Amino acid sequence: MALIETERDPARVEMHSHRHPRLVHHFESMEQQREAGTLGMWWFLLTEIMFFGGMFLAYTVYRHLYFDAFAAGSNVLNIWWGTFNTMVLIGSSLTMALAVFHAQTGNPRKVVIFLLATIVLGSVFLRVKYIEYNDKFVEHVFPAGDFRWPIVNESVRPNNIGDLLLMLVGAEHLNGAGPAEAVPEKPAINNASQTAEQAADPLMAGHVRMFFWIYFAMTGFHALHMIIGIGILLVLIVQTRRGKFSKEYHSYIELFGLYWHFVDIVWIFLFALLYLIDRHP
Amino acid sequence: MSEHIVSKKTYYTVFFALMLGTALTVAAAFVNLHSFNIVVALLIAGVKATLVIFFFMHVKYSSRLTKLWVAVGFIWLFLMLAITMTDYLSRAWLTYKP
Repeated sequence: MALIETERDPARVEMHSHRHPRLVHHFESMEQQREAGTLGMWWFLLTEIMFFGGMFLAYTVYRHLYFDAFAAGSNVLNIWWGTFNTMVLIGSSLTMALAVFHAQTGNPRKVVIFLLATIVLGSVFLRVKYIEYNDKFVEHVFPAGDFRWPIVNESVRPNNIGDLLLMLVGAEHLNGAGPAEAVPEKPAINNASQTAEQAADPLMAGHVRMFFWIYFAMTGFHALHMIIGIGILLVLIVQTRRGKFSKEYHSYIELFGLYWHFVDIVWIFLFALLYLIDRHP
Repeated sequence: MSEHIVSKKTYYTVFFALMLGTALTVAAAFVNLHSFNIVVALLIAGVKATLVIFFFMHVKYSSRLTKLWVAVGFIWLFLMLAITMTDYLSRAWLTYKP
């Protein structure tokens, strides 16, 4: 306050006395502060583009070099889990956008509801990712583990959205899909033919392994971003409930929205590149 | 410039467009378009990402400086991919015998 009282210019004194309590001293106005915040957040997101960009580049180069292996690896992934998760993530982006809307219009109760909805949808995504990862371990295609190719122990996978929903709630036996743990190993004769196929290209297994390195690195870092995001969402909910944000000041929620939507964009491309494009090599 | 508040209607419209895009891209994956599968999938992914950036991330209503920043980020990514692939795509030419 002492600083304001010593100001000579009456206009500035007037301006300072009306400063919003959340306006930090090095900004002229709330608008300028918000603009700077948005730009700063985008600067961070640009480093995120660089971070994921390196992995997208690795994917592009290796898919070019090991085209057949990438197609084979891609077909091990289940398109229905991928589709379901894409829709869940788009839904979470909607709830996040609505949380920002209610923050802008000054409705903290609805902000909390939509932030919670975002956490729920984000958790569903991670739950499905866990099922998918687990399947990959069962099938011995986790690249750092006991990697085997061709696949000898195929996990039960959903063949349509109905199967998927039953598996999600653990009721897959209802449509005769059978319990997930009782998966018979493929008959030996089948293995023999696959081994002959493999003998034609002895490097195939290593190349498929590279596909799974890239798959686990990219989806793993994407999932890590979501786990961090859910942590931040919890903090935002506490802050909203404590009345930190108002119609004039809500940049934390808005800027977190940018982060969450960015993670959504990364997944949109991961889904297309990992699950979709190699179904007809 | 005061803060632009995107309406709920816009958010829901974009959400349904994204869902439709997802359904379309999955349907297209089941059709054998040969080398065009990747073109269709990436085109739809690009449209979906653009919708998210413009509306969910408010870039359509942001300052020109923010727009420039966003564009620079994606142009950088394009350059990295394009220049690297000029190397990998042209390596086979060295051994090409007509």
